[in-house]
Amino acid sequence: MSLAVSILPSQQLAALNEAYGRAVARRRLRFAISAVVFLAVLLVAAIGAEVNLTTLFTYFGNFVSYFDRILTLDDGQRVWTNVPEWLWGFKKWIRLLGETLLISYVGTLAGMLVAFCLNFLAAENTSPAPWVRFTVRRLLEFARTVPGIVFALIFVIAFGLGPVAGVLAIALHSSGALGKLFSEVVENADMKPVEGIRATGASWLSCMRFAVLPQVIAGFSSYTLLRFEINVREASVMGFVGAGGIGQELVVAIRKFYYSDVSAILVMIVVTVFLIDIGTGWLRSRLFGVEART
Amino acid sequence: MSRVDKPDPEQLRKRYPDIFDRPMSARLATPAVLLLALAVFIFGVVDLDFSPARLLSGLSQLGWIAHLMLPPDPGSSLPIYLRALSETLSIAVLGTTLAACAAFPVSLLAARNVIPSAIVRFPVRRLFDTIRGVDTLIWALVWINVVGLGPFAGVLAIAVSDFGALGKLFSEAMESADRKQVEGVRAAGGNALHEIRFGLLPQVLPVIAGQVLYFIESNTRSATIIGIVGAGGIGLQLAEQIRVLEWQKVSFLILMILVAVAAIDWISGKLRFAIIGRRAVA
Repeated sequence: MSLAVSILPSQQLAALNEAYGRAVARRRLRFAISAVVFLAVLLVAAIGAEVNLTTLFTYFGNFVSYFDRILTLDDGQRVWTNVPEWLWGFKKWIRLLGETLLISYVGTLAGMLVAFCLNFLAAENTSPAPWVRFTVRRLLEFARTVPGIVFALIFVIAFGLGPVAGVLAIALHSSGALGKLFSEVVENADMKPVEGIRATGASWLSCMRFAVLPQVIAGFSSYTLLRFEINVREASVMGFVGAGGIGQELVVAIRKFYYSDVSAILVMIVVTVFLIDIGTGWLRSRLFGVEART
Repeated sequence: MSRVDKPDPEQLRKRYPDIFDRPMSARLATPAVLLLALAVFIFGVVDLDFSPARLLSGLSQLGWIAHLMLPPDPGSSLPIYLRALSETLSIAVLGTTLAACAAFPVSLLAARNVIPSAIVRFPVRRLFDTIRGVDTLIWALVWINVVGLGPFAGVLAIAVSDFGALGKLFSEAMESADRKQVEGVRAAGGNALHEIRFGLLPQVLPVIAGQVLYFIESNTRSATIIGIVGAGGIGLQLAEQIRVLEWQKVSFLILMILVAVAAIDWISGKLRFAIIGRRAVA
C-alpha cells in the first residue's frame, strides 16, 4: 500500500504557517500576561499575609515532629503499643462525640425545616410576589455568608455556654445554605402539574403540596443528607468557642500540649466522620438508586 | 359519541395488585422513618438542654444585642479593619494556590487512568480523606503551635486542609477525562509523561482552574473563621470585638465580610466564565 501526503505549494504554505505562528504567539502572550498578573497577586498576598519562609523552614521540623509527639505516650512508648492508656478517656470522649452528632442532627433538621418553609417563597417560579422573593433571598444570603462559628460566638453570649448555641448556629447557617439549594431545585421543577392543580381551583398552598413537592422531595433529601455530613465536621469545632461537643476537649488538649490526647481525639473524630460519610452514602444509594450518587 | 366505561374496582384491583395491595411493610416504611427521625429530634432537643425559659431569655438577649448593633460603626479602627480584611484575602489566595500546587502531582497518583495499580491509589486516597476529615480550624491550631500566632499559620492551615479536598476533586476530574486522546498520544510514540502532558492535561486544566477559583471564593469565608483561634485576618478582630461586647464594631465587621465575599464571588464568577465558558459557571 502506498501512502501519499499532498504538500501545498510553498506560497500557500507560507501564508498558512504565518497565520498559525501568529495564533500560537497570541495564545502564548496571553498566557504569559496572565501568569505575570497571577504571580504579582501572589507576591502582594505573600506580603499581606506576613509569609516568612525562614520561619517555615526553621520550624518545619516542628510540624513533622508534632505528629511524632502526638503519637507518643507520656512514658515514651508509641500510642498503639498501649491502646487502653492512649484512649483513657474513651467513655467521656464517646459521650461528647454523641453530643456532637446530636448537635449536627438537630441543627440540620431544624435548618432543613426553616429552609423548607422559605424556599418556595424564594424560587422564581413559585414565589407569590417579587418583594417576598427579594426579602427572603437576602435573608437566606445573609444566613449563608456569615460563617456558622461567628453565629456560635454571638449565640454563646446570648444563650449561655453549651450545645444550645451550637445547635442554633448550625441551624441558622444550614437554613441559608439549604434554602438556596432547595429553591434551585424548585426552579428546575416542571410547571405543568402546577397549572393542572391550579386549574382545579386549588390555593397556592395546595399547588405547592400536590404539584411541586412530589417532584422536589428527592432532591431535598439528598441535599439535606449532604448538609448533615458537612455539619458533623462543623459541629466538631463548635466547642472551640464554647458551643458544645468534642471541640472543647480538643482545644484544651492542643493548647495545653496533652499530646497523646490530641491524637486520640483526632482519630475518633476522623473515624466518626468516615462512618457518617459511609452511612449517608449508603442511605443515598438506598433512596435514590446508584446513579444518583455522585 | 364514545362512552367511557365505568371502571370496575374489582378488575382494577386484580390487574394492579402492586398499587392496591401494597404489603404492610412498604406502607409503614415512610411513616416509620419519619417517626424515628422525629423521635431522635425530640430526644436531642431534650438531651441538649433546650428549655423554653432559656430560649426565651436568649431570644430577648439576642434582640437586645441586635438593637445595640445598630448603626454599624467602626469607631476609629477602620484602617486596622481594612488591613485585616486584606490579610484575610491574602490568606485565602495564597493558601488555595499552595494547596493546588501541592495537590496536583499527588492527585495524579490517585487517578485510576494514570496509575492503574490499586496499591498506590488506595493509600493516597485514604490520605486525602483523612486530611479532609479534620476541620480547617484544627489545622490552624496545629500550625499555630509550629509557626506561631499570625496569618502565616492561617495560610498553612488552609493549604493543608484544601490539599485533601482539591486532591480528591482533581483525581476525579482526571478519571472522567476522555481516554481517546491519551491513546492517540501513545499511538504516536509518546511515553507516560507525554500522555499526561498532551493527552490528559489539556482536558483537565480548565476544570481544575474552575475548581481552584471556586475554592478561593469559599476560602474567603474559611479565612474569616480561622482568625478566631488566632491565625490572623479579620476573624481575629471579629472574635475580639465580640468578646469585649463592642456590638457596633461587630456589625460593621460582619458587613465588611459580607461585602468582601460578594465582591470575590463576582470576580471569580467573571474569571471562571472567561476560562471555562458560561455552561460550566452555573
